Amino acid sequence: MAEVTEDKKVDADSKRVHTYPLIRHSDMNDEMKTEAMELCVTACEKFASNNENAAKMIKDTMDKKFGASWHAVVGEGYGFEITHEVKNLLYMFFGGNMAIILWKCS
Amino acid sequence: MPPKQVKSKTAASVDRKRSKRGDGDDLTEMGDGTEQDDWMQAKTLVKPEDQLELSEAELKEEFTRILTANNPHAPQNIVRYSFKERQYKQTSSVDQLAVHFALDGNLLHKDSEEAKKQFNRMGLAETKEAEPAEGAEPSAAAAEESGGEGVPEGGAAEGGDEDAALAPATKAGGKEKKLTNQFNFSERASQTYNNPFRDRATVTEPPPRASFSSNVTQWEIYDAYQEDFEKQEKSKEKKVIPGRKEEEKSKKKFQISETSSDDITRVETAAKIVERMVNQNTYDDIAQDFKYWEDVSDEFRDSEGTLLPLWKFSFEKAKKLAITSVCWNPKYRDLVAVSCGSYDFMKQGSGLIILWTMKNPSFPECFFETDSGVMCLDVHPQHPHWICAGFYDGSVAIFSAVDKRDGAIHRCTAKNGKHTDPVWQVRWQKDDADNNMNFYSISSDGRICLWTILKNEMVYQDVIHLSLPDISAEGPDGIKVATTGCGTAFDFHKQKDYLFLVGTEEGKVHICSKAYTSHFIDTIDAHNMAVCWNRFHPKIFITCSADWTVKIWEMKDTMDKSEGADETRKPLFSFDLNNSVGDVAWAPYSSTVFAAVTSDGKAFVYDLNANKYEPLCEQMVAQKKKTKLTHVEFNPTYPIVVIGDDRGNVTSLKLSPNLRKMKAEKKGAPPVDEATKVQREIEKLEKILSMVRNQPTEATA
Repeated sequence: MAEVTEDKKVDADSKRVHTYPLIRHSDMNDEMKTEAMELCVTACEKFASNNENAAKMIKDTMDKKFGASWHAVVGEGYGFEITHEVKNLLYMFFGGNMAIILWKCS
Repeated sequence: MPPKQVKSKTAASVDRKRSKRGDGDDLTEMGDGTEQDDWMQAKTLVKPEDQLELSEAELKEEFTRILTANNPHAPQNIVRYSFKERQYKQTSSVDQLAVHFALDGNLLHKDSEEAKKQFNRMGLAETKEAEPAEGAEPSAAAAEESGGEGVPEGGAAEGGDEDAALAPATKAGGKEKKLTNQFNFSERASQTYNNPFRDRATVTEPPPRASFSSNVTQWEIYDAYQEDFEKQEKSKEKKVIPGRKEEEKSKKKFQISETSSDDITRVETAAKIVERMVNQNTYDDIAQDFKYWEDVSDEFRDSEGTLLPLWKFSFEKAKKLAITSVCWNPKYRDLVAVSCGSYDFMKQGSGLIILWTMKNPSFPECFFETDSGVMCLDVHPQHPHWICAGFYDGSVAIFSAVDKRDGAIHRCTAKNGKHTDPVWQVRWQKDDADNNMNFYSISSDGRICLWTILKNEMVYQDVIHLSLPDISAEGPDGIKVATTGCGTAFDFHKQKDYLFLVGTEEGKVHICSKAYTSHFIDTIDAHNMAVCWNRFHPKIFITCSADWTVKIWEMKDTMDKSEGADETRKPLFSFDLNNSVGDVAWAPYSSTVFAAVTSDGKAFVYDLNANKYEPLCEQMVAQKKKTKLTHVEFNPTYPIVVIGDDRGNVTSLKLSPNLRKMKAEKKGAPPVDEATKVQREIEKLEKILSMVRNQPTEATA
């Protein structure tokens, strides 16, 4: 496992293009999507070492901006099954190894 | 000490006396002095040592004392410097006021500031008492005045009014006097009407939710990035090319926007949907029947079925015309193309091609008017909007359901190979090697033509000439002049599409191949009219005729030309239907079921599996008597048949379950795919045929 991840990291280093944010799945409207994406990028860059804080920042900001109850998960390896309000889901990759899922469900 | 005291006392009294005479102003209390004098005179007069010694005469001298109101303490000569005259001047008058006694009291003038403030404080306290007694009294000033006059008329009421009036007055200004009439003070209360309360509750629908799940792993992330990278590369390449295409698209969009300036076209789609909805509502029960109704009584009647009438399509313009051909659309299962013309030689008028949809039975989806009666019609299997039609005047044309021009897209002319006699049947073929569409047509002039549609025109090619080699008219010199037969129907083999059957007016059925232009592979003496291959079995075909019969034939394997074209063979099955048969059609779902329609308005459905001699269903379909049924077609997917008659009506009927029996699958068997189904159908038919072949004599009905 460790070797595999190392290889991936090496690959990531050699192909630096793969660090841009890549939306894997989303059903938000465009402006919400761009805002959320930028917020996630900012949060991840700011708290590169601490996923919890990054997620916290994302969640708090989304709560303020778009109301009610948002949930954010930031990590490198996990599986999930969630119920989200329609048009309030963003699932994206960033930095070549970080995956962020952000959804609203009150 | 006492003598000294006496001395002082007397001295004091003498002093007083003297001062009385001298400085009279200082003494105020004369009464005391006189009393003391009288009391003191009883004693001897004691002279003080420094008393003036005056003579008697001097003592009797009268001195005039003038008492003025001048203040003795006020200076008499105040000199002030006058800047004006630049010298000291004596002030003429001096202030003589002397304050003897001053005592500060606590009385205030009632109009002074302080007093007013006090009044205010007092006034507020009083208004609080008067509040509950407040009534609605707008003219406070008038009431005040009336109250102020001091004669409260009307007694308590007015007093109360005053109070109420005054109370708001004080409230409002806070500076006016409060003339509370203490005697006629009464409280007044009132309750306004409170609207009754009503509970209202509503529940809003929560925002819709959806589930989402995924796995986050390093390799998934990597893969996603790789994919995206590749896409980006591709899009970069494509950017150069779509530059031109986008221009075209924008041009097209321009055109579309221009044409849609007409209001009706914008509403078109909406209107269409609404029309369909209305139709669905109107014919709701029919729609329900079509979908769900199954004739329950079929369980009891083993060998009988029914046809349930569903929608009836009739068009104004088609009322005088007969339905000459019916064809289901291969792609859109609810669309049926119908051609209208006239079979009557004498009455030849215009024709129609109508496209009906089951979703809208009241008005055709699309229709084309033609100047000549349309005798036949076919819808292209791959391009379902291409319709080819053959006319009574011998020409053929192609229409497009999509491109709604008023007329045909292509139409052949007299020069272009038009038939000289009515075209009875047309059939589309597979696109040829050059991807051009082509179709066959057969007509009474004895020619079977292949028409190919090149870019902008139709090109024809004679395929076969129907000649009658045996019955050739003897010319005057004995030359055999080949007479041409009249082709009335043809059908292509489902699997081997180079093979086709031709039915002729003479009563022969020819089996032909595309390869041969003048020779037939085989000929059968049959009757005329419609010919239709069996869908499943590669060798069985059915024919029907005006001679009241429907016959089922088998095509022999060995084509021995030497045996002659006119070797009479017997049909495998033959059914007598009591009236001339207009059309016959095989069912798409079963190899043993077929339907036939007759001139007396009846429809027959046979299932060879169930009953080889009698129809499963014999039903009157036409509304009025004397309506001949001209065509019948099965719908490829739904259990429906569509029947056309000679009054321009198209009726759709649903087949009851008995009529649609397919071979039951064994329980537990794996689901059957297409090929196996076909095989089974063929086997089913084979069984029946084998019985028949062995006993051909029994086959006649």
